[in-house]
Amino acid sequence: MLDSYLPIIVLIGIAVGFAICTTIFSRLIGQKKPTEVKLAPYECGMPPVGSARERMSMKFYIIAMLFIVFDIEAVFLYPWAVMFKKLGLFGFVEMGVFIAILLVGYIYVWKKGALEWE
Amino acid sequence: MDNLMQIAMQNVNYGSIMPSLVLCIFGMALLLINVFLPRGKTTPASWIALIGLVVTAVFAARGWGDPQFGFAGHVALDKFASFSNIIFLFSAGLTILMSDEYLQREGYPIGEYYPLILFATAGAMWMASGTDMMTIFLGLEVLSISLYILAGMFRGQLRSNEAGLKYFLLGAFSTGFLVYGIALIYGVSGTTNVADIGMYLKSHPAMLGNPMTIAGMLLISVGFLFKIGAAPFHMWAPDVYQGAPTPITAFMSAGPKAAALVAFVRILILGLDGLQGDWTSLLWVLAVLTMTVGNIIAINQTNIKRMLAYSSISHAGYALVGLVAANQIGVSGILFYMLAYTFMNLGAFAVLVLAGKKGEENLTLEGFAGFGFKRPFLGVAMSIFLISLMGIPTTAGFAGKFYIFAGAIKAGYIWLAVLGVLNSAVSLYYYLRVMVYMYFKEPAEDYGWVTLHAGAVISIIISVVGVFYLGLIPGKVMEMARMALFF
Repeated sequence: MLDSYLPIIVLIGIAVGFAICTTIFSRLIGQKKPTEVKLAPYECGMPPVGSARERMSMKFYIIAMLFIVFDIEAVFLYPWAVMFKKLGLFGFVEMGVFIAILLVGYIYVWKKGALEWE
Repeated sequence: MDNLMQIAMQNVNYGSIMPSLVLCIFGMALLLINVFLPRGKTTPASWIALIGLVVTAVFAARGWGDPQFGFAGHVALDKFASFSNIIFLFSAGLTILMSDEYLQREGYPIGEYYPLILFATAGAMWMASGTDMMTIFLGLEVLSISLYILAGMFRGQLRSNEAGLKYFLLGAFSTGFLVYGIALIYGVSGTTNVADIGMYLKSHPAMLGNPMTIAGMLLISVGFLFKIGAAPFHMWAPDVYQGAPTPITAFMSAGPKAAALVAFVRILILGLDGLQGDWTSLLWVLAVLTMTVGNIIAINQTNIKRMLAYSSISHAGYALVGLVAANQIGVSGILFYMLAYTFMNLGAFAVLVLAGKKGEENLTLEGFAGFGFKRPFLGVAMSIFLISLMGIPTTAGFAGKFYIFAGAIKAGYIWLAVLGVLNSAVSLYYYLRVMVYMYFKEPAEDYGWVTLHAGAVISIIISVVGVFYLGLIPGKVMEMARMALFF
């Protein structure tokens, strides 16, 4: 029964091996031209040192919320696409309804100006 | 895997969710219409929302026949659900009627207000027709999330913000209790279907004493008692009710409360029937506590909106008496009482909507001095609703309390009924005090700002008719409530 997990174990092995190898080889044979910025801890592009009480703009939250909505849409679309033939017309219509509901939300946020950054 | 489609086709029955489906379609259409309407114009939206409720009512009324089951036993549109749906539709309709001018006056003509009320009502309908814990939970979430937004809708008002945030935090917390309870019951019985849970516990009596079953029952009760606003889980109610926009307070105190009660009834009587001895003794104490806490603290209130919030807590206590009785007359009494409460409470709030100034600083007892003579129509209407809330004969409040206490006496809970009646006597004081201020005090103001808007007046008239219809000829509706029972 555990045999079926073998490909996953192989994949995990390859992933770990790849990560270790690239780290070791880049350290051994890579060029090094350090600057102050390069040596600083990486913080997703934000300055790593500063006040911790900075206020975040509302815009970030709105974008994050919209991202989740469409992310979930994608999560549902993949299994549906895999089973498309078996679900047939019924599945197609159901998915159409689901996307139509999301479309309502999309038009709503668009007209409300939530997609405008400025 | 090949018959996946057949399984999906067979179990889906759109007839079983028709009312809430129609409501959702109207809600979404309204959302789209709103963004194309000019800013601040909400009157057309309120009319469309009302049309949506009327169309839904037609579908809800058609549910009054053979029960329709759907979605693999997750949903049942039976008479119990249909009766509840009518309660939700009345509370939503009366709320929308009184809202439009109020939103303009308070300076927040926000278009999302109406779709959110429709979505909240649809969530309430899922709770009433949910026969699976997950459907009920889903309905509760749709209902609650809409209400969190509605309670905090007046962004510039500190109290509204407080109401929204407080309701959200405490509501999310109580939902956690509910889910944990569902998980424990699922762990015991291996199903989330309410009827299957009942069958499992019937065939495995040994599991009834299992701590996990008891803990599950208790946690589910906490979740629902919070939504109902029963003591000792009532702490959120006064602040939220006072801070939220007045029509939303009215809506929250009627529709969602009824939704939580009917879902609670279905779970306790259908699913956790075997534990009846446990939950009746629990609810006996909480019903008395809720009535007493609500009534006694209400005596001390000077703000009428806050007073009605405490009165709403005490009315939740009366409704719980019917659940303790857990017999035909008691549970149909709950349905009847929630309908009666919808009319009398929404009516009283409609008067508050009209009597309020911008910012609602004048909703105190002093602010109502002499109101009855200066504004006779509103004074008489308010008196009728207060008399009904007291439970004086010829009004709906009396008939509702009568059925609920009769159920308690028939089930042998004489003391519970006595305590309930004593509590009603206590409540006379603070309801009558409003009338004393309205009619026996020198008017401090000329109430020049009070204008009778058509919408709110219509909702007051509907409420008055409802209060007297249910009070004078309760037989027909009570008969329907009895037919609505699923046991």
